[in-house]
Amino acid sequence: MPVRSLDITGLTCPMTWVRTKLELERMAPGEALEVRCPEGEALENVPRSAAEAGHDVRVTGAIVRIVRR
Amino acid sequence: MNDRRAFFKSLVGGAAEPEVAAADPWLDRYSRQLVLPEWSEAAQRRLQAASVLVVGAGALGSPVATYLAGAGVGRLGIVDDGDVELSNLHRQHLHFTPDVGVPKAQSAAAKLAFLNPDIVVEPYRAPFSPAMVEGQDLVVDCTDSFAVRYAVNAACCATGVPLVEGGVTGLTGLVMAIRPGESACYRCAFPAEPADAPSCAEAGILGPAAGVIGSLQALEALKLLAGLPALTDAFLQVDLATLDFLRVTVRRRDDCPDCSGT
Repeated sequence: MPVRSLDITGLTCPMTWVRTKLELERMAPGEALEVRCPEGEALENVPRSAAEAGHDVRVTGAIVRIVRR
Repeated sequence: MNDRRAFFKSLVGGAAEPEVAAADPWLDRYSRQLVLPEWSEAAQRRLQAASVLVVGAGALGSPVATYLAGAGVGRLGIVDDGDVELSNLHRQHLHFTPDVGVPKAQSAAAKLAFLNPDIVVEPYRAPFSPAMVEGQDLVVDCTDSFAVRYAVNAACCATGVPLVEGGVTGLTGLVMAIRPGESACYRCAFPAEPADAPSCAEAGILGPAAGVIGSLQALEALKLLAGLPALTDAFLQVDLATLDFLRVTVRRRDDCPDCSGT
């Protein structure tokens, strides 16, 4: 299954999570999304919001990998 | 566009190029509702495709139309045959002092166009007529008379158009969401007009009391449009003096003259 990727480095909170959430809504369960986050707040908020929404989350550096539940 | 590029890239085995998220006024405008776990892009698109009729551009219609326009309801019809009066202004926040004498439907539509230029607002300076309900996805009844309320309820039941009812007098208010044919209608809950119902002019009203009830109506309207659970088969009785909220369960009546045939 292809991995989607999204670069949100040009956005600020809460648009970082809004954009990520909408991308996840368009994906099938089990599909993975790699999100390139800006340093700082988003790198904390995006993984936390994704985990709270029940998705599988792994953070490597500035890349947040989310597997849609 | 990026989706297609990513798809072809994936076919030849290359890594997909990341989609670079840029500022988007549409996302920005609705971001605080899109971010809700209960909301989604699909719900937002449903709102955008919806046609909603707000009957009455007064104390209840002001918050209802304001919130529905702001939320992105694509087509908003505003029905009111009255003109703005000085005595309206304390509770009807879509109208301002320079609007006194202007038809309420037009005054409301002008403000709503400023609020959200991406939607279509259609003012109707006319009394409610049942034909207005045809083709609507939802009606919100913001009138202040039992006669019109029953007429709106009957028209919605006849056409199957969901309805949010509301009323406020003095420091008491009521809200009810109706899916005709599925849930109890307004006449199931209130088969006959109360004999001693005071009119708004007799009873007096505090502006925020109407604001609370209108806001609850707008909330229920958004839930119905988005397919979220709403206040159906019940009405909410709000005591604005004590702030007691009482949810009263209602059942459909087999002998309801408005909805029993639906």
